[in-house]
Amino acid sequence: MTERVVGIGAGAAAVGGGGGTGGGVGGGKELATEDMVLNIGPQHPSTHGVLRLRLTLDGERISAAEPIVGYMHRGAEKLFEVRDYRQIIMLANRHDWLSAFANELGVVLAVERMLGMEVPVRAVWTRTLMAELNRVLSHLMFLGSYPLELGAITPVFYAFRERETLQAVMEEISGGRMHYMFNRVGGLKEEIPEGWTDRVSRAVADVRRRLPDIEDLLVGNEIFTARTRGVGVLSREQIMQYGVSGPIARASGVDVDLRRDDPYLAYGELPVKVVTRSAGDCHARFEVLLEQAKVSLDLADACLERLRELPPGPVDQRLPKVLKVPEGHTYAWTENPLGINGYYLVSRGEKTPWRLKLRSASFNNVQVLREMLPGHLVADMVAILGSMFFVVGDIDK
Amino acid sequence: MLAEVLDAAVRLVAIVAVFLVLPLVAGQMEHKVMAHMQGRLGPMYAGGFHGWAQLIADGVKFLQKEDVVPAAADRRVFALAPAVALVPYLVVLAVIPIGPGLVGADLDAGLFFVLAVMGVGVLGSIMAGWSSGNKYSLMGGMRSAAQLMSYELPLVLAASSVAMAAGTLSLPGIVAAWQWWWLPWQAVGGVVFFVAGLAELRRPPFDMPIAESEIIMGPMTEYTGIRFALFMLAEYAGIIVLSALTSVLFLGGWHGPLLPGPVWLLLKVFALVFVVIWVRVSFPRFREDQLQKLAWTGLVPLALLQLLLTGVVRVAAG
Repeated sequence: MTERVVGIGAGAAAVGGGGGTGGGVGGGKELATEDMVLNIGPQHPSTHGVLRLRLTLDGERISAAEPIVGYMHRGAEKLFEVRDYRQIIMLANRHDWLSAFANELGVVLAVERMLGMEVPVRAVWTRTLMAELNRVLSHLMFLGSYPLELGAITPVFYAFRERETLQAVMEEISGGRMHYMFNRVGGLKEEIPEGWTDRVSRAVADVRRRLPDIEDLLVGNEIFTARTRGVGVLSREQIMQYGVSGPIARASGVDVDLRRDDPYLAYGELPVKVVTRSAGDCHARFEVLLEQAKVSLDLADACLERLRELPPGPVDQRLPKVLKVPEGHTYAWTENPLGINGYYLVSRGEKTPWRLKLRSASFNNVQVLREMLPGHLVADMVAILGSMFFVVGDIDK
Repeated sequence: MLAEVLDAAVRLVAIVAVFLVLPLVAGQMEHKVMAHMQGRLGPMYAGGFHGWAQLIADGVKFLQKEDVVPAAADRRVFALAPAVALVPYLVVLAVIPIGPGLVGADLDAGLFFVLAVMGVGVLGSIMAGWSSGNKYSLMGGMRSAAQLMSYELPLVLAASSVAMAAGTLSLPGIVAAWQWWWLPWQAVGGVVFFVAGLAELRRPPFDMPIAESEIIMGPMTEYTGIRFALFMLAEYAGIIVLSALTSVLFLGGWHGPLLPGPVWLLLKVFALVFVVIWVRVSFPRFREDQLQKLAWTGLVPLALLQLLLTGVVRVAAG
């Protein structure tokens, strides 16, 4: 057995190995320094999965950063092409596993539009309700995990308590806790259970009541403010150049929200409050997320109110045995929790799409790290990375 | 002669026993207190009653694990580092008085000795960071060294204020001279000492050298098995030592009504341990430069102010 040098050799190893630069400069003037290349990931706790960042460090200061994506590429788009539309829903809800419902939505919206299908009113309102609950679930996840990266270990437990509350009602209606699979082309999988709307109301009220637990621990906390304010400022121009969307874009004052600007589902009839901030730093991004969670809870309440008033009726439509989408193409986009999620569907009249292009929010949002990170410290890198709210599956598809 | 040897032996055994038990109690307390603050239960199974034996089980587990030394590591330094981190706290424990006349070793310059020895502990962290042959560890070690620059001075200044007040460097002497009104008089110094001590222990919110979400436990990244357990033990022993020192210097050590002296000291120590845990649950982590800013623009001036106050009161009181 020979001893293999694994690892990446810093410290004693680098010096002991006679790495060329140590004694380069004599005369006691200034020590020769060398940039260190540090790979953050693909296995690293702050990358939530397998994002890899190749950092060039001068001491702790980052001089160059390169996000390397693709470790989790599952070929979703190619798989779409060999699945029929019922199966695609299952594939589509997996790329961003925190907002499965919203992902399903884009697919069925595109297919329904191509088919010229009218979705029953109750299904539309239930979809809107579940999309908003899904948004709260996703936001809660980041409201918990972001402080964790900054060293605050408690909020994540509160966030998960709230997530459990909401997941219970989502599970009751759909049977799933993450991958709901509740959308069908033309409506929903099943009828709403008896008394479900009241239980959702209660869950929403509980979450709204307890959300300040997270807020009080962080907002106004001096350390949290010091770690996030003015850190990782993203300008409007950068957002436009990189196609950043969602809460991150709105934190920099880009006032875009598809729920208001290009209403789908029942959003046209809802008073969608778009949360924006102008600072564009980590703190603003956190604030937007927190505020959006509250707005979504209000929207969920509005949906529930409407659902109770609606007369009984179907929530789905009878589909043919083989569902073929007529020839043509369409682009359906939705405001997912993390940003704009779009599906470009091209059909040649087959039972599978000819092409289904997926535009996922995190993919664009993460690219801008290349410009954001240089100049910051490694500790800030974690603060920035956490505030970019990405899901690796959503990057790599 | 025999009596002297016996006496020393008994004291040593007692100190080692305290050293082995109290950190575990603190660790278990952290498990449970943290859990309940976060709406969890914490360990519930090990040992039967509310998981009281969890840390013992952890220890047994660590003992059985493979002791990996990375091929790129500087083996001797790597192996020595956990000991360097742990032993100073054991030594410090020997000079902390737990009651009138109850002290492992009564040194005339006890305070000086304590501060000097505690400063050695951080070397273990720097050694581990340097020798691991890992970039994250190296950064952790460097952060430890940077942190040293910020907390050491306020720590010493705050402690010297008490020494001035008592007119002695002997720890039993300081406790013996302690009066209740020292509490408000030395309050600022006490807070500075405790905060600087937290930074010395690398406890949250000053755990940048460890920062598991940034540099993945820093100096401890490459440690496994019993060596890692020793680092953990050092952390909790450090908490006990810091709490005990703060109690002895600023909270009157064994002084207190009704209960016997050592019980009072234990109560004070664990009240402070509770605070240490509470702070961990509540706060995010500082950045290294923010700690230095806090130390040099906050803690040092406050400690100097405390010194001034102590001096003025001493002179005025004659």
